[in-house]
Amino acid sequence: MQLKKILGLYVTGFVVLTVVLALLEFAGVLKLQGIGYVFMIFSVAVYAMIGIITRTSDPSEYYVAGRGVSAIYNGMATGSDWMSAASFISMAGLLFALGHMGLAYILGWTGGYVLLALLLAPYLRKFGQYTVPDFLGTRYGGNAARVIGIICAILVSLTYLTAQLNGVGTIVSRFIGIPFEPGVFIGLLGVLVCSFLGGMRAVTWTQVAQYIVLISAYLIPVIWLSAKLFFIPIPEITYGKVLERISVMEKQIMGKENPNPRNIPAEVLNDKIDPAKEKESRDLWAKEAAMYKAKLSNVDSALAADKAALEAKLASLADDKVAERRAALEKEKADAQAMMNAPLPIDPKTKQPMMMDEAKKKELEAKIAEADKQLAMLTPERVKAEKEKAEKALAALPKNAEEAKTKWTAAQTAAANQAKGTGDYLATPPLVSADGKSYPMLQFLGLILCLMVGTAGLPHILTRYYTTPSVKQARSSVGWSLFFIFLLYFTAPAYAAFARYEVFVSLVGTSIAELPSWIASWKMVGLLDVVDKNGDGIVQFADFVIKSTDFVVLATPEIAGLPATITGLVMAGGLAAALSTADGLLLTIANAFSHDLYYKIINPSASVQSRVLISKILLVVVALIGASIAAFVKLPVIAATVAWAFSFAASSLFPALVLGIWWRRTTGPAAILGMIVGLAVSMSYSIANFFYQFNILSLRHTESGLLGMTAAFLVIVIVSLITPAPDKALQDFVYSVRFPKGAAQGKEVESIGGAA
Amino acid sequence: MAELQTKDAEMTKVDFDQQKLETYWKENRSLVFTMLGIWFAVSYLIQFFSGAINSIVIAGFPLGYYMGSQGALIVFVVMIFVYAKKMNDLDKKYNLEEEGE
Repeated sequence: MQLKKILGLYVTGFVVLTVVLALLEFAGVLKLQGIGYVFMIFSVAVYAMIGIITRTSDPSEYYVAGRGVSAIYNGMATGSDWMSAASFISMAGLLFALGHMGLAYILGWTGGYVLLALLLAPYLRKFGQYTVPDFLGTRYGGNAARVIGIICAILVSLTYLTAQLNGVGTIVSRFIGIPFEPGVFIGLLGVLVCSFLGGMRAVTWTQVAQYIVLISAYLIPVIWLSAKLFFIPIPEITYGKVLERISVMEKQIMGKENPNPRNIPAEVLNDKIDPAKEKESRDLWAKEAAMYKAKLSNVDSALAADKAALEAKLASLADDKVAERRAALEKEKADAQAMMNAPLPIDPKTKQPMMMDEAKKKELEAKIAEADKQLAMLTPERVKAEKEKAEKALAALPKNAEEAKTKWTAAQTAAANQAKGTGDYLATPPLVSADGKSYPMLQFLGLILCLMVGTAGLPHILTRYYTTPSVKQARSSVGWSLFFIFLLYFTAPAYAAFARYEVFVSLVGTSIAELPSWIASWKMVGLLDVVDKNGDGIVQFADFVIKSTDFVVLATPEIAGLPATITGLVMAGGLAAALSTADGLLLTIANAFSHDLYYKIINPSASVQSRVLISKILLVVVALIGASIAAFVKLPVIAATVAWAFSFAASSLFPALVLGIWWRRTTGPAAILGMIVGLAVSMSYSIANFFYQFNILSLRHTESGLLGMTAAFLVIVIVSLITPAPDKALQDFVYSVRFPKGAAQGKEVESIGGAA
Repeated sequence: MAELQTKDAEMTKVDFDQQKLETYWKENRSLVFTMLGIWFAVSYLIQFFSGAINSIVIAGFPLGYYMGSQGALIVFVVMIFVYAKKMNDLDKKYNLEEEGE
């Protein structure tokens, strides 16, 4: 079938489906969950269909899509290969929370393509084999380099894959309301049908389809919102105004002087912001944080005290105790009543009954009222409810000191965070932090560098440039990749700004009983919460508790007043983003095993069919391993692992690849040692920092690549200089890679049906 | 498939005019260094001074924030296409283009 026709049909189908779903929603037939099901089944069915149409067992097709993917389509495929669940769902939220610091992700995840275009892509395409270890093995003359390359590629990709499958599980479970673990495996099916049947060819065309879904899903809500607020449907231009307003309201919330130097009209701000109440709420959070801190200073005794208090309470609620208390209260009341009604003594002077002392009377009345109140608390229903509450609290109490420590530390951090109120969204990272202990600017720039260099070293992205028909197309394909990625990345900060603005103007100052509908619906899902800390019935900014910043992207359709169908579309986009990245990674890992390890090292005489077959079997095995890690291990580390994958790639593959092409003197032993040292430094720093808070110059585990790549480059250069220069054949090989002339040419595909 | 691989191996043995290749590579290298300089400036230098240039506000955007969220990205995209174009011209100039296009 004609390629363009298929893609055209697919896009039309998706638009029609969206419109039909929206109509059904207005007719009241479908709710968000039903819409979720339809979108998910439809998208997975389409991906499976593409997989079936493009099924292949030809190695060139299976590994590099027959080198027939033109620059623009390869750009789109790379775009969705690249943009993961983290980019799609979480990045805008990260910007919402981190402000200027969050721009590290925007810059880092785009600037790496410049390195890719200038230093690597065209040369790898000229080399023209199938994988990254292929290049390392050839350039550094032997299996040792290839094996190290395989280990690095697998380690980097598996780290990243686990994080992706974690994302798949979260989205699927949120999408159709099933638990997380089965969600991971259902999502996995969607990944497998496609890559298993058609390898790189199927993955490429599925990714093109997925790109179209994900970019429209991302852009529609925020374009709509921009049009609604400013009558200009270009959010990337209009959110500048929003940034100005955010700054003013932040200052108002924090009670700073001269909050509005530019005299922004009050009607676009929020006159219900009350600095005094904000401070009251913040102080209460600070108190709570201090309470947890005190508990944490002596966990064992605090835990024992909590337990004793609850047990005492439970004991006091036992039936006989309650009966005793009731009896005591009844007696007290009866006594008071009796005293009230008792005949008063006769005044010897007037011979009249004495008037009761007013104060005494009041006291007795109060006593009776108090007894009544206490008795009302002791009705059987009340007692039962109290008992259940106490039992629950007792059961929820941390089982041991270890658990208590984790729980209370989390609670302390959360409360301390609320107590901070709002920072300055546009503040730039200072050179030295206020407490003088860390260097935020260094962390910021370091993270940017790690993400950029890591991008250029990720094997699943590098392999994509093997699939273009020529070196020339590989060059412009990087440009197209970045262009398609750019469309999403330069929109993400607009999402964050609009969401922040919306929180300031439509949430702060409203009554706790009448929350905006988007807050209510995402509160139910558990992404956010509103806690009326000072009990005034009004929402302060400090009362707004963010549990997952993912709400920024997920809630925007509702903020913009779009139907739930669009929310469904956004989730379908998130799923497409997660699946396409997982696809690319899975293929890279399976190929590293089957092509690089099995065919190139273990059994070079393996037949073409058996190689592809083995690759397919490994694909399933790796997928199951990845999914099991994501579903059952659930380490807190998983969230951090995305950034780790970049640092690992930056410290191992990137230096060896770049020097291999740009410095002919680079020797095999140097590259091998460099990769090992780089990876070892980066990994051990990540672990030491994440688990044991060890640090150098306050660098965090996410910036471990800064140390790793420095070490790798140093080792490669020094060892190269002291080892004998590579022989003539290898130097010639480097030469040949540098010039496009003589590259094996692929033929651009016009259709995707049948085996080529 | 096997055919393609032998062809690959032959390609690497093509005898190039050493002198011509050296100058081609030199031109490429200086182009790459210029580009890397721009890349470094827009991503690191500007961000290092973002606090200072934030006092310049355009359409609501403080300049430092704008460069980090949009400006640098636009420069990146344009730069890659410019580099691709220049390299294709360079290939032509030194008659090093790929065959078959």
